[in-house]
Order: sequence, then structure tokens, then C-alpha cells
Amino acid sequence: MINNKSNTILKTHQLSIGYKTKKVETTIASHINFQLQKGELIGLVGANGIGKSTLLRTLIKVQPPLSGTVEINNEDIESTSTLELAKQLSIVLTEPLLSKNLSVFELIALGRHPYTNWVGNLSENDLSVINNALQLVNISELKDKKCYELSDGQLQKVMIARALAQDTTIIVLDEPTTHLDMYHKAYILKLLQKLTKETGKTILFSSHEIDLAIQLCDTMIVMQKDKVVCDQPCRLIETGVFETLFPKDLISFDDKTGSFRVSK
Amino acid sequence: MKTNYTYSFIILIVILLFCFVLNISLGSVSIPFSEVIGCLFGTTDNNTWQIIITDFRLPKAITAILVGSGLGISGLLMQTLFRNPLAGPFVLGISSGASLGVAIVILGSGLFGGLFASILISKWSIVIAASLGSFLVLLAVLAVSSKVRDTMAILIIGLMFGSITAAIVSVLSYFSTAEQLQQYVFWGFGSLSNLSWEELLIFIGIYGLGIVLSIFSIKGLNAFLLGDNYAKSLGLNLLQSRFIIIFATSLIAGTITAFAGPIAFIGLAIPHLTRQIFRTSNHKVLLPAVFLFGAIIMLICDSIAQVPHSDYTLPINAITALIGAPVVIWLLVKQRKMMF
Repeated sequence: MINNKSNTILKTHQLSIGYKTKKVETTIASHINFQLQKGELIGLVGANGIGKSTLLRTLIKVQPPLSGTVEINNEDIESTSTLELAKQLSIVLTEPLLSKNLSVFELIALGRHPYTNWVGNLSENDLSVINNALQLVNISELKDKKCYELSDGQLQKVMIARALAQDTTIIVLDEPTTHLDMYHKAYILKLLQKLTKETGKTILFSSHEIDLAIQLCDTMIVMQKDKVVCDQPCRLIETGVFETLFPKDLISFDDKTGSFRVSK
Repeated sequence: MKTNYTYSFIILIVILLFCFVLNISLGSVSIPFSEVIGCLFGTTDNNTWQIIITDFRLPKAITAILVGSGLGISGLLMQTLFRNPLAGPFVLGISSGASLGVAIVILGSGLFGGLFASILISKWSIVIAASLGSFLVLLAVLAVSSKVRDTMAILIIGLMFGSITAAIVSVLSYFSTAEQLQQYVFWGFGSLSNLSWEELLIFIGIYGLGIVLSIFSIKGLNAFLLGDNYAKSLGLNLLQSRFIIIFATSLIAGTITAFAGPIAFIGLAIPHLTRQIFRTSNHKVLLPAVFLFGAIIMLICDSIAQVPHSDYTLPINAITALIGAPVVIWLLVKQRKMMF
């Protein structure tokens, strides 16, 4: 792990995640310790139901941790105000858009919410940030379209542009490649990689595209039944983490090509 | 962004003014149009006409504008907050609370006996009972909503409160005389007339406060369009915004029900009508547009309800649905796609 502390943007300490009702506490994963660096693309992978979404929801403060802390810029997110956090962290979720009746521009403009005045008027600066986001994601021509006119791939790009417009140091995406075809899966992840390079933002996404993530990510977080590992993809291959990711009866990991194969 | 809509807004304002003057010039007593204008500016010599206009028709037209715009706006707030196209200003049990208050005063007055009862059933007591009823039911819903995190659960809770109050009203009706029942039914028809200037001022005051709160909620309402999690990630204080939106709705819909009775349909239909025509969900455009549409439709409905040049006044509640429902059906069929 790179141990340049000044570059650490997000850090978890003995984080334990899960659900708590009055009587029962269901722990999904515990002793999660990792540090994410500025300007990195980080992929979060793991089998279905292992708790990827729960981890992301805890990192973005949608649900509280059972114990331990999540720190952004050395500040515990539990003690950060919602508005402060909105300037540090933006999100792209899997939940469908509730109102598709907004134009692409209006939707992206909502990303400026933490910075606008009480009625939400856009300043010159807001407009230039929005246009910049449109250009970065390469969707300027969609600007005046309504969201219901877009394909799934286009909509995903718009949601990424909205997160960019929020002008945060970290962007968290929950399975940004679901519902997309093979080309668009690669396109979106490649786009995320480009964005980290061009904007210096830290981008964390969860995905089932392990092969693509291995090729594109700077760091990967691998969730397993008993532990959560965080390291560079090549080192994770060396230590054989991916081989133990799934039961071996159906698929196995080929560490030469860095991809999974169906057992014959 | 707003410049695209300026043209539409100017047209709507002109239509509103036209409907306003038309509404005032129609009534059981026919007054020449030039005299109507004269009365409005105080330059007429005919005292009777002057009184008819300033003390009856003008307050009624203003009430129509307040009721139409207010119900439309509270409907819009509820539909966005609950992300449910079926939501209206009364989903939180506001109207059932008011009905309960009025039912207790009218139907329950027999229980208090003779003289006391006759004092009780004055105009003001009905207004106060309706306000108190809707306010109490709303307080209950608000208390619950601060504990429940799920917006949909609040919607269901509001409906449940509505059922409870409706049940109490049924029990009260069962033990009432035909005369009392008739009086209660008449309140249920809704009425825009008979408001004095004094009452109108109180009406405007509370209504105005609700409108100001809704204007301050525009930014939050737009964030709510993305869903709770996104809204929160944009720095919105969910509990606080939700409280303000519900509070604004209750102020507006509560006073309207208190002064004009439970006027159905407008609150549900106007936001849909506006969305279909303006084709946007941006509340910076929708809020003023809903205000204008609501006021216009209510003025038209009222003009029809009073049946020009006759002594009949039809129940406003029936007219709003008779006129409004076909319009909404027609719009939905024509555009084949619901805007939400």
C-alpha cells in the first residue's frame, strides 16, 4: 500500500458495517481498514450479497456504521454536516430516477445545489461548471433533451456529469455499469479513469466487471466472506485473492490474462 | 431558463385578469359591463350595484383565486414530496380533520342541548372547528412523520388518520337529525361566497404565510425530484425540508377548507394540467404556473356554478370535478404520456 499520508482522502478505521434494529445487530463485514488516495480510480468488487452496497451506503453516510469510523480529509463523516459533506462527496446510485421529466441541463444543474442561493439561481460560475461537466462526459449535444428520451447508457453519463457538477473531491458510484451492454460498460469505466486523470478526483465504484476493473483501476477493494482487502490490482493477483472470490466449481481465475474462465 | 416561459406567463396573467373581470360581471343581478368597471374603481353612482360588487362579488372572486391557486400549490407540494401522482392536498388527512371538526359542531351540537347549540352553529364556529380539526390531525401526522423516515409511510399514515376521522363522522351522522345532516352536507358542497372582508384578511394572512414557505421550498422540491438519497447527498436537510413542505400545505389547505369547505379535485388536477402544458418538473416554473392555472380554473368554475342571470348557485365541488375531470382525461389521452 502506498503510504503517502498527505495524499489520503478517504480512510476507514476498524469499520464495521451492517444493520441495526432495536434488538438485533446484523454485522455484514467488520474490521474494514483502507485508505484511498487522491486522484485514484478505485474498484470495489465482491460476490453478490457480500455487502458492497452496504459498504458504499456507509461510506456516503446513508446508513451509520455499527462501529469504527469513516474519515474524509481526516474528518469523521458522522460529525460532518450534510451540506459540508455535499461539497466533499457526490454519488451516482442504482435507484431509478424518480422524475425523468427534467431536461439534461436541469438535472446536471441540480448538482450545483450546495452552492446556489435559497431559490437555486445559477451564477456565471455555476454555468461554467455545468458546461465543463457536459464537455468532460462528452454529452453537450444532449443538453436540451428530456431525461425520458435518453438510453440507459446516456442516462448514466448524465448522472456522472451531475456528480461532476457537484464539484467534490470524491465521487462514489454504485454499480454504474449494470443494465449496460459490453461496449458501454467499458466506455463508462474508461470514462471514469479519464476523469480521475483529468480532474484529479478520487472515484470509487462498485462493479461486477472484475476483468475491466483489473485493467483500469489504480486500487481495488475486494470484499470476501471473512476479510476486506485493498491493494493494487497486480498485487492482488499475485496474492491470489481473486481465485478465492467465487466457489471454484464453475469459474476459475486465470492470473496470466487477469480474467475469469468458465470451467469445462 | 425562465425566458422561454415568459411568453406563456404573460398569456396566463392576461387570461387570469379576463376571468377575474368576467367572474365579477356575472351574477344573479345583471349589471352592465361598464358599470362593473366603474364600481371597481369607485366611480359609479349606483349604490346598490356598488354594494353588490364590493361586498359580494369582489370578495367571492378573490376567494376563488385564493382557493384555486392555494389548492393547486398544496397539491403540487404533496405530489413532489410523496413522489406520487395521486397525492393531493388532502392526503395528510387535512380535509378529514376539518370535516371531523365541523361534524362535531353541527352533528354533535344536539348533545350540548338547546340554547348552547344555536350559539355554536355560527359561521365562525364552523371556521374555527374546521381549522382546529385539520390542525390537530396534521399535528398528529407531523409528530409521526418526525419519527418515520420513509416518506411513503407518512402517506399511508395520513390516509389512516383520514379513515379514522371519516369513521367518527359516520357514527356522528348515524345519531343526527335530518336537519343537521343537511347542514353538514351543505358544508361539504363547498362555497366561495359569504366571506366578509374581515374574514378574507385572515384568510389571506395565513394563506400568504403558506405561499411564502412554499417559495422557500422551491430549491428543496427540485432536489426531492431525484429521490431522498440524492437530495440528502446534495446537502438537503431532509427532515427540516419535509417539515416545512408539510407545514406549508397544512396552512394553505387547512385555511381553505375552513373558509370554503372541502373542495376536492382542484388540488389533484391542477398540478397535472400544468405539467402537461408546461412539460417540465422544475418547480421554479411549476409553482407560479400552478398558481395561475389554479386561480383561472377556479374563477371559471365559480362563474359557471353561480349560473349567470339566475338565482341558482350550484355546489362548487360538483362543478370543479365536472369541468376539470374531462380536461385532465383529454390531456392524458391526447399526449398519451403522463408527465411527472
